[in-house]
Amino acid sequence: MSALARLRGGLGSTAGVYLVLLGVIVVAAVVVAAAGRNLFTPGNLTVLMTSIAVLGFVAIGQTLVILVGSLDLSVAYLVSLSSVLAAGTMAGASGGTVPGIVTALVATVVIGALTGCLVAYLQLSGFIASLGVGLLVAGYLASYYRGTTGKASPELAGFGSASIGPLPVPTLLMLVCLVLAVVLVGRTRMGMHLLAVGGDAHVARMSGVRAGTPVVVAHALSGLCAGIAGIVIVARLGVGSPTVGEQGGYDLLSIAAVVLGGASLAGGRGSLWGTLGGILIFAVVDSAMGILQVNPFLKEVVRGVVIIAAVALYARRAAPLVRRRFAAAAGPDPAEASAATAAGPTAPVTEGAER
Amino acid sequence: MTGTVAEPAVTRYDPSRPPLATRIAAGLATPGGIVWVLLVALLVAVVVYNPQLAAPEQFLRLIARMAPVAIVAVGQYFVLVSGEFDLSMGAVIGVQVVLAGTLIGDDPSRILPVVLLMFAVAIVVGLVNGLVTTLLRVPGFITTLGTMLILSGLTFYATGGSAGQNPAEEFRVLGRSGLELPILGYLPWAVVVLVVVVAAAAWLVRRPFGRLLLLSGDNPRVAHLAGSPVWWLQTRAYLLSALAATVAAILLVGYAGVHPSVGSGYEFTAITACVIGGVVLGGGRGWLLSAVAGALVLESLFTLLNFVGVAATWRPTVQGAIILVAMAVTVLRTIRRRRPPAAEVPPRSEPGAGEGAPAPATAPQQPRGT
Repeated sequence: MSALARLRGGLGSTAGVYLVLLGVIVVAAVVVAAAGRNLFTPGNLTVLMTSIAVLGFVAIGQTLVILVGSLDLSVAYLVSLSSVLAAGTMAGASGGTVPGIVTALVATVVIGALTGCLVAYLQLSGFIASLGVGLLVAGYLASYYRGTTGKASPELAGFGSASIGPLPVPTLLMLVCLVLAVVLVGRTRMGMHLLAVGGDAHVARMSGVRAGTPVVVAHALSGLCAGIAGIVIVARLGVGSPTVGEQGGYDLLSIAAVVLGGASLAGGRGSLWGTLGGILIFAVVDSAMGILQVNPFLKEVVRGVVIIAAVALYARRAAPLVRRRFAAAAGPDPAEASAATAAGPTAPVTEGAER
Repeated sequence: MTGTVAEPAVTRYDPSRPPLATRIAAGLATPGGIVWVLLVALLVAVVVYNPQLAAPEQFLRLIARMAPVAIVAVGQYFVLVSGEFDLSMGAVIGVQVVLAGTLIGDDPSRILPVVLLMFAVAIVVGLVNGLVTTLLRVPGFITTLGTMLILSGLTFYATGGSAGQNPAEEFRVLGRSGLELPILGYLPWAVVVLVVVVAAAAWLVRRPFGRLLLLSGDNPRVAHLAGSPVWWLQTRAYLLSALAATVAAILLVGYAGVHPSVGSGYEFTAITACVIGGVVLGGGRGWLLSAVAGALVLESLFTLLNFVGVAATWRPTVQGAIILVAMAVTVLRTIRRRRPPAAEVPPRSEPGAGEGAPAPATAPQQPRGT
């Protein structure tokens, strides 16, 4: 384990994520090959790339929120809200494309920012604030929409089905957004503040960072990403649906993808590239099961096993990293003392949803 | 309502202990206390809207309908105060309901073995949740998310997602019927089960287990240094939540019938109930009885809205709004509490002095600011 840790070097736990991804790809390829099929046909790869777009967008926003030490459980409802607003506003007309997209995104960004304000200035835990806001939206959706609504404009539908080479355009856009988010976190002042507040809000405040702003920005961006995900769904399905986000389970799955990507739920640690790895792990497993025509309910079972097993693998590895960077932030943590009991003099971890 | 001496610490160490009435008033001013006032108000409102419910029999039937949520909240309470979440409770309910439906069938003689099997399943689920969280150091949120996916996936796979056959009537008695009594008239078994579960849980909280569980949720390092096996405490909390979900499932089989999605959403409803009852996410704080009251508040609010004629589709919005309001109130009080208590907080002896009450709690600490 320690040799592995040294090998990882500056890459941190992200390399571990991609090692697991590699393992998952190998296992999936072998299993698919054993059934006489091929995981790597262009068709299968296109399906895989298409499948990561929506969860990818949601998970980018979720990563930012988790990095700042909060949590966003409202994304599933925001995806649905965005889809019905966008499809409802454009109603199949070409002229409605821009108003539809703008309406949907403004709504989700404002709601995200509102959640952020509750977390930042009322100091609610992100879990509670986003659960509450998400439920508010859920009631609105259930009360005002019955079944699918609206229609995608021809332009948007074209965007949904277009692809450049092997890459579907929505997935390409997702990757561009991912790079933008990486730049935001790694290269800008706001990104530094985001990590600082996530690592330890108190220390950040003492160092002169306005601790509220990064939280609001992260939640607003999470709303934005969920909104884009909803629009991508409209582009794909051609209609908006008030239940599409909940059915996709994007709230919990995006959190799982972020944690699979090596991020700490306590905040301050994690990377967007890791999240991409987490999404790809999901996508590879899903795509292999899709080729093998596994029962959709059993897919859920496999997903659950993969989430637990993969996170169990990193939870041990990530430990030393935490001590070096955020020893003070480790603080009182439920997992910590139990870990010490269980595994002797190893370093504490900061996993645990404290905020 | 607002208390003069809101701090338990002050009341405990102050040699001149304030009278009982003052302490009750102070308790009611805490997030865990205000929920009882809210509960009484809501129940009164429910009865006003539907005077039939004033009859003890009908009122007890109302409580019986709330019992499953309250029992799930009891289980969730133990996990929450230990500083974790249990998202798998709804899936556990689904598994147990389907197990009961398919295995018991029409044969009453199978009830006992199947119930034993259900509790064995609960113990396995609780142990897996607890041990993966504590020993493998997977965050509880992720562990229980995983077991939720696994269990609900298996349940839906086994049933194909459709409703199953109801088990023998003898098994459904607990959720459906009750006891004829001379004074109350009719006592539903669900109420009896609820009272027994809550009493047992309250006893557990008072035991060393409960005290150490709260300690380990508040500060696991201190708990560990004090020699308590934190991993085993948390594992037992997960065991209790899985068992509570099973008891709720047994009631739901009688009340709602057999369907794999019977339990869906119960985990978040239970977390909501606990939060309304003043349980702090992150662990270490919260009253069990207030969590139960939180569940009853939530359910009576839904009942009331039903009577008033609000469409059921607004239920999530109401739930969301009450979470946010309850949390905002809790947070404002906690912010106030964080200021160091001034040594000269005087124990007021006149509890009825309503309008002057809030002043002493804030006034001495004014210079601190937020």
